[in-house]
Amino acid sequence: MHEKLIFEHSRTGRTATAQFPAAEPADIPAGLRRTKRPLLPEVSELQAVRHFTRLSQLNFSIDTHFYPLGSCTMKYNPRACNTLAMLPEFLSRHPYSPDATGQGFLGCLYELQEMLREVTGMQGVSLTPMAGAQGEFAGVAMMRAYHQARGDLARVEIIVPDAAHGTNPATATMCGCKVVEIPSLPNGDIDIDALKRVVGPATAGIMLTNPSTLGVFERRIAEVAGIVHDAGGLLYYDGANLNAILGKVRPGDMGFDVIHMNLHKTFSTPHGGGGPGSGAVGVGKRLLPFMPIPVVGKEGNQYRWLTEKDLPQSIGRLSGFMGNAGVLLRAYIYMRMLGRAGMQRVSEYATLNANYLLARLKAAGFDAAYSDRRASHEFIITLKRQSRDLGVSAMDFAKRLLDHGFHAPTTYFPLLVPECLLIEPTETEAKEELDAFVDAMAAILAEAGTDPDKLHSAPHTLPVRRLDDVRAAKQLDLTWKAAQA
Amino acid sequence: MPFIPHTDTDVRDMLATIGVPSIDALFDEIPASLRGAALAGVPEALTEMDIARLMQERATQDGKPLNFIGAGAYEHHIPAAVWSIVTRGEFYSAYTPYQAEASQGTLQLLYEYQTMIASLTGMQVSNASLYDGASAVAEAALMAVRAHRRSTSARILLPATLNPIYRQVTRAIAGNQSLNFEMLPYVPGSGTTDATALDKWKGQDVTALVIQQPNFFGQLEDVDALTDWAHANGALVIAVVNPTSLALLKPPGEWGQKGVDIVVGEGQPLGVPLAGGGPYFGFMTARMEHVRQMPGRIVGRTLDLDGKPGFTLTLQAREQHIRRTKATSNICTNQGLLVTAATIYLSIVGPEGLERVAAASQVRTRELVEALTKIRGVRAVFSGPRFHEAVLTLDRPVGPVLEALAAQGIVGGYSLAEHYPELGNALLVCATETRNSNDIARYAAALASLLA
Repeated sequence: MHEKLIFEHSRTGRTATAQFPAAEPADIPAGLRRTKRPLLPEVSELQAVRHFTRLSQLNFSIDTHFYPLGSCTMKYNPRACNTLAMLPEFLSRHPYSPDATGQGFLGCLYELQEMLREVTGMQGVSLTPMAGAQGEFAGVAMMRAYHQARGDLARVEIIVPDAAHGTNPATATMCGCKVVEIPSLPNGDIDIDALKRVVGPATAGIMLTNPSTLGVFERRIAEVAGIVHDAGGLLYYDGANLNAILGKVRPGDMGFDVIHMNLHKTFSTPHGGGGPGSGAVGVGKRLLPFMPIPVVGKEGNQYRWLTEKDLPQSIGRLSGFMGNAGVLLRAYIYMRMLGRAGMQRVSEYATLNANYLLARLKAAGFDAAYSDRRASHEFIITLKRQSRDLGVSAMDFAKRLLDHGFHAPTTYFPLLVPECLLIEPTETEAKEELDAFVDAMAAILAEAGTDPDKLHSAPHTLPVRRLDDVRAAKQLDLTWKAAQA
Repeated sequence: MPFIPHTDTDVRDMLATIGVPSIDALFDEIPASLRGAALAGVPEALTEMDIARLMQERATQDGKPLNFIGAGAYEHHIPAAVWSIVTRGEFYSAYTPYQAEASQGTLQLLYEYQTMIASLTGMQVSNASLYDGASAVAEAALMAVRAHRRSTSARILLPATLNPIYRQVTRAIAGNQSLNFEMLPYVPGSGTTDATALDKWKGQDVTALVIQQPNFFGQLEDVDALTDWAHANGALVIAVVNPTSLALLKPPGEWGQKGVDIVVGEGQPLGVPLAGGGPYFGFMTARMEHVRQMPGRIVGRTLDLDGKPGFTLTLQAREQHIRRTKATSNICTNQGLLVTAATIYLSIVGPEGLERVAAASQVRTRELVEALTKIRGVRAVFSGPRFHEAVLTLDRPVGPVLEALAAQGIVGGYSLAEHYPELGNALLVCATETRNSNDIARYAAALASLLA
């Protein structure tokens, strides 16, 4: 299946929807006017609708395929969340409309702050960060602001385990901090001795994901918290894996001082082909004054946005208005539909699905990276043995899975596990789907022994075959030019 | 159970396969002392019917006031086809196209978007989006510091006519990396950047000059002169633009003798609803020579094993998941679904439709200013050309007037008291193509009776 570029459907003078009447702009000096029209398509409405509908059909998505992308929590996005967040009154609200005209909207956000505070065990929540990485930025910036407010200016080092998401070290750099990496032990836990060696008067804090990106729970977290706090540092919780522990253990109770939550993961807002996300942050008492603004406050029965006047020590604003408001409404609706008991079920069934899938894949001949550990909501299969014996890589497996109708797991992350697949089924997948995935993996493994070239050249049934990434980077073709038609 | 498909038989079989007696046993690696989150503050579950009623009540409570605010987010008509396609599950529930072969729809759409936005801004390359217009300015400042190898000052000149929130966000995000921001004043009569003030930096190391067009007051800057001054003084130029206005206004790629170096802006006007402040998207385009310094995802066209064209994420060595501490930004998830909306919007309105939207918005704003300034005590502050916003002053404090208007279902403008106290009782008003003559007359009548 192939769909032409929208520009190739274009013909000069063709128009789509019934449009506004032409108007003559006034008062624009000739020197400031545009003289040549931009390259925008001229197509009929049907051509546009058909083109983009066809493009959509070239995608894998949760609604069409099992999508076990580790660390991304690709669970079902309930339709009610979208429909109700798109009520016309919510969509038409200008962000600078007076608070008095938005009490319904602000009430939802205030209640969302309160629920997130409760499920994380923190003291305050700000909803403004627009994705996980911006939540991380807010968290590290708050840690820095805290130390600076105390005159503790030497604390510029952020400790990050080697298994961390790339956003962790990149965020620390953006905050002007220096990154100190510590190794993981062969069992997946943090190397406590290494941690003890690196903490000190320069430690601003540590960034941790728990369960870690290795798919296991950091059992000595209380000890880690003690070591970092005793050294004068703070603990940052990367909430990428919050789905694993929702309603079971709270980051605040583990000793964390600040957390970001990926609402597009744990609270099921749509991933949108790469966003929008939402990286709400929760903080303990010490960081309350530094939260990014605006935050929703409640006085009597009235809600209002709190600004720098209310939080003069805030790290400031991270978005033009108030973060990804529509995403926040979707998360709010989802949480209200789950309720207290439903939230606990999320982690229970996500963990059940992950451990079941792991057990079945082990029985089918695959190697777990941490075979003596309990899986959290996700786990790692390493294909090191198959790579050595059969000459097939994790990438080959991933591409061949696409032919079987499954989106591939996360590949080659975490970087420290060779030939790895990070697999996260989520709680919304039925047992039959997991069984079918195991069957596909087993079939591919058998094929790797008999016809490995079939894997090397996969996929075979998708709109395109394996793409040349090297060519893409060397012979840059980033925009269409009419001459290419 | 809502959204969980397991039957009792499933659970029993699955536990047996794992070899544990209960689901609870799967959490046995979490120390018992840490467990027991009660979640007392989370209410009991609502049915879909009950949450629908609750949300409808809250929406009704807020209503749909008649809006005359812009200030960075603009109410435009969105053709019905746009969001009916955007919310197709294949776009809505997919993720970042890591597996290119299974994501050709999203990737081709992004390539088409990059083409459209690069052409609209007159630049050579585009990324696949940033979070919003404000954070895009911060990313552009950081990019300019990386791209301008001869400049060591990390000095960025920000005009006072740049959206004041964008200034705040830029300081909050980029300020931790030792950038120096210095302010450029505006000329009181025209509300545009004071070019003579630039002489203060003549011969000094300036990394980049930021220019917003139209500026926060809605006034049109002399972009050619500002761009040429910056280039003559060895500085890069970062343009901050409204994408709708570019249907009428000279694109930044043509400003001055050479065109600007980096363009950013808020993409919301292109098919994204106001929605209380987000999600929107930031766009960024640049000269080809700076492409390796860009933050965020970039899509490229390449060939597959059979020599057939296809699309993939490219230049990933810039990004956090590869480069970690040396990445151009920490951004990972961006605003893909909003870019989907913008691409479909631009395809449906086309070049002529976008011109009509821009022209109608400019005409409506002129009508609005004429109607309101006929009221005693109301006057326009700045002279000179403007796009679709204007600064007005009242003869009394703005806050109570806006509150009284809101009580009548009119959102009358954005108060400038906090960010521009020197302008007195000033407010920023906007009318796009969505405001008709009756709307404008209704606002004028309400304001006249309040000020009488």
